[in-house]
Amino acid sequence: MTITEKILASHAGGDVVKPGDLINIRLDLILANDVTAPIAIEKFREIGVERVFDKNKIVLVPDHYAPNKDIESARQCKVMRDFAREQDLTNYFEVGRMGIEHALLPEQGLVLPGDAVIGADSHTCTYGALGAFSTGAGSTDVGAAMATGEVWLKVPSTIKFVYKGKLNKWVGGKDLILYTIGKIGVDGALYKAMEFCGEAIQRLSMDGRFTMCNMAIEAGAKSGIMAVDETTLNYVKGRAKRPYEVYASDPDASYENVIEFDVLNIESQVAFPHLPSNTRGISEVGDIPIDQVVIGSCTNGRLEDLRVAAEMLKGRKIHPSLRLIIIPATQEIYRLALKRGFTETFVEAGAVVSTPTCGPCLGGHMGVLAEGERALTTTNRNFVGRMGHPESEVYLCGPAVAAASAVLGKIASPEEVVGSGE
Amino acid sequence: MVYQGRAHKYGRDVDTDVIIPARYLTTSDPDQLAGHCLEDLDPDFASRVKLGDILIAEENFGCGSSREHAPMAIKGAGVSCVIAKSFARIFYRNAINMGLPIFECPEAVDGIAAGDEVRVDTEKGEITNLTRGVVFKITPFPPFIQKIIERGGLINYVRAKLKAEG
Repeated sequence: MTITEKILASHAGGDVVKPGDLINIRLDLILANDVTAPIAIEKFREIGVERVFDKNKIVLVPDHYAPNKDIESARQCKVMRDFAREQDLTNYFEVGRMGIEHALLPEQGLVLPGDAVIGADSHTCTYGALGAFSTGAGSTDVGAAMATGEVWLKVPSTIKFVYKGKLNKWVGGKDLILYTIGKIGVDGALYKAMEFCGEAIQRLSMDGRFTMCNMAIEAGAKSGIMAVDETTLNYVKGRAKRPYEVYASDPDASYENVIEFDVLNIESQVAFPHLPSNTRGISEVGDIPIDQVVIGSCTNGRLEDLRVAAEMLKGRKIHPSLRLIIIPATQEIYRLALKRGFTETFVEAGAVVSTPTCGPCLGGHMGVLAEGERALTTTNRNFVGRMGHPESEVYLCGPAVAAASAVLGKIASPEEVVGSGE
Repeated sequence: MVYQGRAHKYGRDVDTDVIIPARYLTTSDPDQLAGHCLEDLDPDFASRVKLGDILIAEENFGCGSSREHAPMAIKGAGVSCVIAKSFARIFYRNAINMGLPIFECPEAVDGIAAGDEVRVDTEKGEITNLTRGVVFKITPFPPFIQKIIERGGLINYVRAKLKAEG
């Protein structure tokens, strides 16, 4: 069996599952945010049970429109906060102690290898980087799961992606996943699990791995997953507060398809409007001036992303024609960015540094676009109207290209800023 | 069940951001959401749609975010069902769970044009294009999913299950 099938089998109370089986699984963690929790809570109440199935296994995070952007969003956050208090939930994270959910949960050691997790947010697939099964669901699924601790699922078949060789300088997890989505399309892995492996993945940091699994949904996948190795165990060490189990794919596991890439051929990627699959290598981009750059989100707001941006921006100024918005994904990342001097570099360069929030990624607040404006961003979606006005444009990239472009005022490769010698 | 209405037809990869833009996610009131349904793809849709109308789309309908506001907005707008070549998986779950009927039928999508009068009969397992007089077969849902649909959605299903378990 594959790692995904093994985790699902163990959570379904059996030894074996196969792709296509409809199963009920026991959940280790259930997540919702300020946009999806209010509906989930309403659904939970409709079921008519008094208490959630386990107050330690439900995580609520106000991150999308928090800090509250207006009265309506303040009400949504309040519904969630009141529910967390009523149910005495262990894992409610208040503004000032929170972070963007998919950066926060692994950081806090709430998701561990071998877990089965659902979240009322499509990017819940992020935790596959820890060797866990995790997938996005709707509010109704989460409302029901808060009552029962279970969810129904169809066991997905798995596509194996093998990344051979060593990554080029400035090429990271975001470039690999954009390249992959560009090759297979936005429904290239529809209903399936994407298992990422190979030398380039083994060499990738945890932050880069989270970025890749985060965007599995952008290929239509149910989940993304990676094997647990030294890097994973080092990350989990000191964070885990409960035992966990490590699963691995059998050598003779059955895959729907195996796709191999030689990463030496992969350069920094940019996804053009209006689909994440509309990718081009940075050398093919041409002259595209931009109005706004965003570095942040559950995809690329982690410490490594900020370190790369700081490296690029150190001693440089942001181009006068644009604004750069940098959003550390959690309070802990925010604190470390201060401590390591990244924040000072950003402010000296002329950037805005925000408190953690999903904010502009979904056109919520903190950097919404007007008609005709064009943004380059490390976020995950470039659909029509995603960051604001339906006649605005969003281009997706990794942190190195984002920061380089902020310096040059147009979409640019990191080499254009720091030279190819570095 | 029988659903009948005029077809509104769209292309592939209709994402949840155009079904209901995030700027309206500060509410979960179906009537308010319905007023902005498909606004960034087809600004006149909300004013044009009539009770019972049917959405037709190519592959990967509902891709992107997990927002249940998307099927809520569609249902709230009076749409009786959605027929697509394929659905994004979270949208598929959400629609089943909240009782918005959806049908995966590539032949029907190819055989229906915008403005055609369409009738879906789930008992007969048929989609009929009344304007052109063509009938398409629906593949039935797996029995487990059929049970959720018959209960009127996941919440009723879970409520009944918990009651049965005492």
